[in-house]
Amino acid sequence: MAKLILEKPKGFCDSYERKPGDHGTTHYCPGCGHGNIHKLLAEAVEDLGIQDRTIIISPVGCSVFVYYYFATGNIQVAHGRAPAVATALKRANPHAIVVSYQGDGDLAAIGGNNILQAANRGEHITVIFVNNAIYGMTGGQLAPTSLLGMKTATTPYGRDLLNEGPPMKVVELLSSLDGPTYLERQAIMGNKYIARARKALRNALQCQIDGKGFSMVEILSACPSGWKVDPTDSYAWMEKNMLPHFQLGVTKDVRAEREPFFRTFKTLSAAEIVEQLDLAVPEPKHFPSKLQKTGYGDPSIKLAGFGGQGILSAGAMLANAGMEQGLQTSWIPSYGPEMRGGTAYCFVNLSERPIGSPTVSHPDVLMAFNRPSLEKFEPDVKPGGLLMYDSTIIDVKPKRGDIEILAVPATQMADDLGNTRMANTIMVGVYVAHTGIMSPAAIEQTLPLAIKRKNLVDANKKALRAGVDFAATL
Amino acid sequence: MAKEFIKGNEAIVKAALLAGCRSYYGYPITPASEIAHAAAKYFPRVSRTFLQAESEIASIQMVYGASASGERTMTASSGPGISLKQEGLSYLAGSELPCVVVNIMRGGPGLGNISPAQGDYNQIVKGGGHGDYKVIVLAPNGAQEMCDLTMLAFDLADKWRNPVILLADGFIGQMMEPVEFPAPVGDLPAKPWALTGEKISRNNLINSIYLDNDELEAHVGHLAEKYARITEAEVRFEAYHADDAELVLVGYGIVSRIIRTVVDQAREAGLKVGLLRPITLFPFPTRKIGELCESAAGFLAVEMSTGQMVDDVRLAVNGRLPVHFFSRTGGNVPTVEEIFDVVRQHLSAAQPV
Amino acid sequence: MSRILEEAITVVSAEHCKGCGLCVQACPQAVLALMSSFNSKGYHPAHYVGEGCTGCGMCFYACPEPAAITVYKKGAEYPDQEGR
Repeated sequence: MAKLILEKPKGFCDSYERKPGDHGTTHYCPGCGHGNIHKLLAEAVEDLGIQDRTIIISPVGCSVFVYYYFATGNIQVAHGRAPAVATALKRANPHAIVVSYQGDGDLAAIGGNNILQAANRGEHITVIFVNNAIYGMTGGQLAPTSLLGMKTATTPYGRDLLNEGPPMKVVELLSSLDGPTYLERQAIMGNKYIARARKALRNALQCQIDGKGFSMVEILSACPSGWKVDPTDSYAWMEKNMLPHFQLGVTKDVRAEREPFFRTFKTLSAAEIVEQLDLAVPEPKHFPSKLQKTGYGDPSIKLAGFGGQGILSAGAMLANAGMEQGLQTSWIPSYGPEMRGGTAYCFVNLSERPIGSPTVSHPDVLMAFNRPSLEKFEPDVKPGGLLMYDSTIIDVKPKRGDIEILAVPATQMADDLGNTRMANTIMVGVYVAHTGIMSPAAIEQTLPLAIKRKNLVDANKKALRAGVDFAATL
Repeated sequence: MAKEFIKGNEAIVKAALLAGCRSYYGYPITPASEIAHAAAKYFPRVSRTFLQAESEIASIQMVYGASASGERTMTASSGPGISLKQEGLSYLAGSELPCVVVNIMRGGPGLGNISPAQGDYNQIVKGGGHGDYKVIVLAPNGAQEMCDLTMLAFDLADKWRNPVILLADGFIGQMMEPVEFPAPVGDLPAKPWALTGEKISRNNLINSIYLDNDELEAHVGHLAEKYARITEAEVRFEAYHADDAELVLVGYGIVSRIIRTVVDQAREAGLKVGLLRPITLFPFPTRKIGELCESAAGFLAVEMSTGQMVDDVRLAVNGRLPVHFFSRTGGNVPTVEEIFDVVRQHLSAAQPV
Repeated sequence: MSRILEEAITVVSAEHCKGCGLCVQACPQAVLALMSSFNSKGYHPAHYVGEGCTGCGMCFYACPEPAAITVYKKGAEYPDQEGR
């Protein structure tokens, strides 16, 4: 039944207490269309019974003070960003009805990408886009929707097609996207138009209430002050200047095709969270340190070779096992400019003490998997340190006489086992067994943590043992 | 709970989820992308929101919206992306919205490079956005702290209704170390100011505009008073052999790890050298540096920038002692040897002739 | 005191009105007009000429100022003290 009294809708605050000075009237100029659109929104919020759950976003522009007026949840946001803020507000509160109220500069210029992307994602929000073809608040400058020839503070000679381009048609633009559900343009331009705008706005809100996705109504709206016309001449101005360019009507409506969707979240128990974060692994097994030879303790190890030789994962094998062994460990990949030239390396530290610098200029151990690495890093090895190199593919011999040198035909051994890519694991096996830095069992236990392809774990265990056996022959 | 050998960048994500973070809004950039990768993997697993935004500008504004709704929320990036987030950070601080932002610093200015650097100190600690505001800044120096300080960051953000920034570098982000993860946190603090789309929150307003001069002055004064209380309450640092040191080295993040080794080697050589590592960069351990002025003969700030944190050291020292400076930039990390050489120079220069 | 209206009435709150004239333009019956006097803000507020209102509501939706116009349709309960 139609209402017998048409009065200030309940969607508005009784008194605009947030507004300085006069709490009874809006801050808008006489004849400004914002007031009409506010009324349509406030009335719809009341009639649709969504007042408690509505959150309205105040943009930047003349409508920056939307929050003065609406007796709903309110948030004021940065210029153009309302669709991004709305995205998160709605996802955090799927039950809320989130309304982004934006002007043409805010939505179509500075926030152009934000509206485009939110629409394309099909965010379940409602956007009220007030197009008055001008920036009001900042003093009547050019908007993306300003008309050709239109004089503004920043187009004193009129908008020029060859300088500013043509006015932007936003609903048509968004209608080319698959994401949005409901898009319509209407106008506050006289009785019959206002009735259509009222209906469009309600459709847009209902779209969100029904869980049908993104809705937007572009509303052509008068700015008599900016246009420098009397309010009573403003509708004629719109009809003459705006309507030829901005056609009214529905540009997209797929509400009937969209299945209702309401985002829900589960609350997980602490145990479920731990499990889902892959943190519910059993307590680590600690293997007793069995450092057999002195001089190998607390090593900093550099592993170097070509990308693809498993340099980083060999380092990870050592570091993971070191952790299981109860040692302090760190692993850092070559990173940044060092990666140029095809040489990948990583640093691993295994220490009884807290690790300070995770990289050192002079490593205790160098494992070289290709010739450039050997030639580049051999001079850096700390005197008394250990150099291991893959003697299958490195055809030069190390030159240093003050370090221990182990030639390991790792690639040949890996090839004999059926997979040349396991030379890295063989080298790790040789290192561990030769130095006694940790139990080979610790490495074997933790191999699955360092090897991403689970079907290769068993083969790598074989390679590890081959390395351990090789060390026994040294 | 498990001890995991894990990259610092990934530890951040697990820590955030354990801290009750409900949403991650991000955008890829090296060397912070692993954070987004891990977030994309783990947030949906525990029924929380991960969304790759259209830009850094959008992602921080999504954080603004998520925070306004009362949930714990975060984003992460590196230098160029953090520059784009400054608009949002100013709004978050102005509206007193809690959130956690991670900056895995890379070389700059401009596109710079993807190697570790510390050139964003001023941008983060002094405020890269507009207006009078501060963010709390935490500087982890290893994977365990990437976890621990991420969890602390969410608590501090809620406690002070303020953005908290985790300021690390590419090195700390890429490095793997063992991390002991704590149990998931239980109840989180109530946020009666939030917008929840319910009757009870209908009168709430999230806002940073105060058109009336006196109202804005009162708001800015309120924020300044809050920052003063944060300065009193939240200073964190690590002092290592600092209290009897002649020369106190000051560094944060990866640099502090290298300095620690320098200190160990110097002490073995009989040199009285110590480390002061700020864990909070805002608030800065100004008082501790003042105390060390009583016992030390000088300070040496080491940074991977041309000299940003050193200004805060100088302010704290306030002319009482010499403050030396050593830096590497461009993505280069200072070596133990380089720093040790500088230490020797300054210690020998300090000896009476 | 209130009464049930036998004819519709439009009430313009002079203090809320900004004198834009859109209601005058919108009224199909031409029963709204701007006053020659001023309100406290210096506007010529609109007013209902006293008879001929059909309660169509066109002026209500044409008016940009939320609290400026109230339309009481035929059969509505009308608070007399507001009337003039």
